[in-house]
Amino acid sequence: MQNIRILTAGDSSLLIEFGNEISPEINRRIAAVVELMREQHIEGVVDVIPAFCSLLVNYDPRVAGYEKMKKRLESLVRVDIKVGQTKRKIFEIPVLYGGEYGPDLASIADHAGISEDEVVLIHSSKDYLIYMLGFLPGFCYLGGLDERIHTPRLSNPRLRIRAGSVGIGGSQTGIYPLDSPGGWQLMGMTPIKTYDPEREIPILVEAGNYIRFVPIDEEQYKRIQAQVAEGSYQCVIHEEV
Amino acid sequence: MGIRIIKAGMMTTVQDLGRTGYQSQGFSVAGVMDARSFKIANLLLDNPENEAVLEFSLIGPTLEFTDGTLIAITGGDFQPVINGEPAPMYTAIDVHKGDVLKFGSARTGSRGYIAFSSYLKIPVVMGSRCTNMKSSIGGFKGRKLQDGDYIGFRIKRRYLPFFLSRTLDLDEFNQEDVTLRVVLGPQEDRFSRQGIETFLNSEYTVTSDFDRMGCRLEGPYIARKETSDMISDGIAFGSVQVPSHGKPIILLADRQTTGGYPKIATVASVDIPWLVQRKTDHKVRFKAVSVEEAQRLYLEESKELSRMRKEIHQPCKEVLECRQVSRRIRSLFS
Repeated sequence: MQNIRILTAGDSSLLIEFGNEISPEINRRIAAVVELMREQHIEGVVDVIPAFCSLLVNYDPRVAGYEKMKKRLESLVRVDIKVGQTKRKIFEIPVLYGGEYGPDLASIADHAGISEDEVVLIHSSKDYLIYMLGFLPGFCYLGGLDERIHTPRLSNPRLRIRAGSVGIGGSQTGIYPLDSPGGWQLMGMTPIKTYDPEREIPILVEAGNYIRFVPIDEEQYKRIQAQVAEGSYQCVIHEEV
Repeated sequence: MGIRIIKAGMMTTVQDLGRTGYQSQGFSVAGVMDARSFKIANLLLDNPENEAVLEFSLIGPTLEFTDGTLIAITGGDFQPVINGEPAPMYTAIDVHKGDVLKFGSARTGSRGYIAFSSYLKIPVVMGSRCTNMKSSIGGFKGRKLQDGDYIGFRIKRRYLPFFLSRTLDLDEFNQEDVTLRVVLGPQEDRFSRQGIETFLNSEYTVTSDFDRMGCRLEGPYIARKETSDMISDGIAFGSVQVPSHGKPIILLADRQTTGGYPKIATVASVDIPWLVQRKTDHKVRFKAVSVEEAQRLYLEESKELSRMRKEIHQPCKEVLECRQVSRRIRSLFS
């Protein structure tokens, strides 16, 4: 991979640039490098931030200096990672679409010129790659929203969007991990907590995983909500090659 | 037993060196703005390097001790007063039950720190006691302190060896202008040569858009090679990003984990304290150094802190300075 560049980001960080485009191949490669770094436990590395096509590595210069760390990372990214052979980890996110749970579903359907049911079908019939997490704890940047349901943001953003809201903003779709202001068009709501600081693992997913939205009815919503409240809910995870 | 917050001040939070290891999930590191003042405060009390402290900005808090403990105050000069008497800074101080510690506004600098020998009773969340206000986690209920809050102590710890030696030279934050050393990159190649020269040879003014998230500067326009936006990537502490308006914004403790503006340079770790202690309308300049030089300075500062630790662990320093002894002994009996 000769187009990989390792750039300096101050005295305690290096930025590995894997390219300059948003593509699943590049993103999968980054996820693989993060996994490799975790396995090899590189001395001095304190944190990593994977993004669309780069990886920022924070390190402690008291443990490893610039030259040493750069060489270490160079040899790491040179390793021939068998991208594509790794299993895809898919998280099921149950969503109650429409009604009071998704107040903008009608306007999304209007904009697309199709029925609400068709919007739900399109939205829930593919798996979305998590390119990166950022903006808010647990907020996933998902790729691959079907062009037919791209919908512009609200011209007047809401001051408060409830945690668990599922929406569309332009060409992106996603889940609000906590209450936050926002301009996305809301199409539904998930009863599960994608972010819970009280949980042993506060955030379930990581970059490189996939999300699959699964439509549920109100009865299922209430049941899952109760399970989440008592801590007995188990997120459905598929592993596929 | 602990401290009661009589007046919270403008922005008083519990902080340590931050919550690292979770940035890949979108968690800001948070933590102290001025790591040097923070480390010196803990060092004066033989606290662990990463023990939680109170950080305050521009207008300091007033607090009452409901139990005796030792404290150390560092950072900007907020004119601290204990029971009406001026209290020394960069010095271990013995405070008693019922004592009231009052800070004013920042005479020099803009951030102050108090460390406690009895350790603040704040739960560890994801490896840190620091306050992440945006996510409402960590610190005291995930928020800045308010009037009437109460924070207990974790232990009783009031005696330290060589107590009278525990005083260090003050860091001064009253400079007219400050030159910040920076390492160019990671996206300096997105700026024209003239843009980089403007950045390195101009004076920039700190605006009022200056908080724990970042510091917006006003000054000459920094030209880019192309105006096209880049794809978001991770952000380091002290990153100097330049949006299309051409004015630099330096990203600080509460920065977002990722951002889509090109970053022309990163402030050297050792110079971040001198930046965060600036106030609105103060001036800064930038000087490029190599990454090796920035790391050498970083290691040098670590050594300096070790020397300080040694210095306060030696007896008899005061015997040579009677006035200091009398001042310090008097404070023990007052």
